[in-house]
Amino acid sequence: MSEVKFSKEHEWITLEGEVATIGITKHATEMLGDIVFAELPEKGKNVEKDGTAGVVESTKAASDVYTPISGEVVDINQSIVDDPAKINEDPEGTAWFFKLKVKDLSELDTLMNKEEYEKFAKETSS
Amino acid sequence: MIKKTPLYNLHIQHGAKMVEFAGYQMPIQYKSGIIQEHKFTRENAGIFDVSHMGQLFISGSNQLTDDLEKIFPINLKNLKTNQSKYSFLMNDQGGIYDDLIITKLKDGYLIILNAACKSQDFEIIKKKLENKYELNLDESLSLIAIQGPKAKDVLVKVVSKITNLKFMNGEEFEYDSSNIYITRSGYTGEDGFEVSLENEKAEKFVDQLINYGAKLIGLGARDTLRLEAGLCLYGNDLDEKTSPIEANLKWAIPKSRVNTYYPGSDIIKKQIDDGVKTLRVGIKPETRVIARGNTKIFDQNDKEIGKVTSGTFGPSVECSIAMGYVENNYSLTNTKIFLEVRGKKIPANVCDLPFYKKNYVKGEKNV
Repeated sequence: MSEVKFSKEHEWITLEGEVATIGITKHATEMLGDIVFAELPEKGKNVEKDGTAGVVESTKAASDVYTPISGEVVDINQSIVDDPAKINEDPEGTAWFFKLKVKDLSELDTLMNKEEYEKFAKETSS
Repeated sequence: MIKKTPLYNLHIQHGAKMVEFAGYQMPIQYKSGIIQEHKFTRENAGIFDVSHMGQLFISGSNQLTDDLEKIFPINLKNLKTNQSKYSFLMNDQGGIYDDLIITKLKDGYLIILNAACKSQDFEIIKKKLENKYELNLDESLSLIAIQGPKAKDVLVKVVSKITNLKFMNGEEFEYDSSNIYITRSGYTGEDGFEVSLENEKAEKFVDQLINYGAKLIGLGARDTLRLEAGLCLYGNDLDEKTSPIEANLKWAIPKSRVNTYYPGSDIIKKQIDDGVKTLRVGIKPETRVIARGNTKIFDQNDKEIGKVTSGTFGPSVECSIAMGYVENNYSLTNTKIFLEVRGKKIPANVCDLPFYKKNYVKGEKNV
């Protein structure tokens, strides 16, 4: 599996072959608080880089989930729709959101590595 | 200038995430998060800093009772000393400036006001009383709520004589060689108390409650708790354009007051006799989707029939819950309605309130 990359909208992405797995970061879940609702894109849908690809709601507010790269949705994680609390428990592991068949691998180059993201997250939350 | 309550430092020490609310720095949640805080209150004892709320003392004798009855639609003459009632400050159109709790004291009344409304309330009440009485919106006092099935067991360790206090009644007690005033009331649907005490003693008092097993709870859980209990939040579910009748709070206006004057009394009487066009109802979406305030409500034929005023996920009832106003002929329990969330129509049903059954204690007996 490839190095984990991160977006400014607090999504993480890993690549395996031409399929990317996308979720939201631990930092994002800490900002959101307890997540009580998740909506994911439909399988087969084509999503565009930085476009909306889902929604999460905490007890406080709703937030859009964006896709950091373009592609076709090939799988979604139904378990987080059924039990959204899983997103708070393991956001960067078992609580992934959706998988994409990547359209343009070069889009990954625009994203941050772990060190860059941590710095970004620290700066934007203070 | 944003104000801080006397418990500000304690909130920070306990890892609170602070937000501005009604001009105060208030804790929205602590480290464990809204859902854990909510459940802790339902199962144990939660402490809420509500010192931002107004504590208005009005002193005076029998004439004051008569004059206050011209302002509030309740029967104050029948109120016993230390008894509390829920009521409203209303405008001449029957709309609500604020909802409040009024308690009869030995030498006057104590009125607990919403933080965001208290300054305006003070001016309105003062004007209506024509400067005949002494009014004191007391900023030297804190207000601490302790709520939950174990609230009594915790509080009794700090103030031993509270056990006989009945629901919606208050009494003066001694704490740390000063007088404090405690009422058995709250805003969570649980048994509980609200404690009014000097600002200087608030932190020590709360520290003691924490030592006996209670935990600090933020405004986030306060909101999910009150919504599960079907209680209104002023500014969301009640406002200057909504009457107590439309808000389905007719129970708070005694029959004996229907034909006597208070602001808006003519309109309220008409609404009681002829009915109202819209009514506040409980709403349960059929999915986990949350319908927040201002979500539009439709009927089966896509006709817009109202809007949501409060909506969240109920941690104890474990589903999406909401309240809102619908046209009167859609207000019956189990009426199918649709909520427009992010462009989709989500099926929902009108339901009875509260979502979560109350555990209020009258004396020592559960009712």
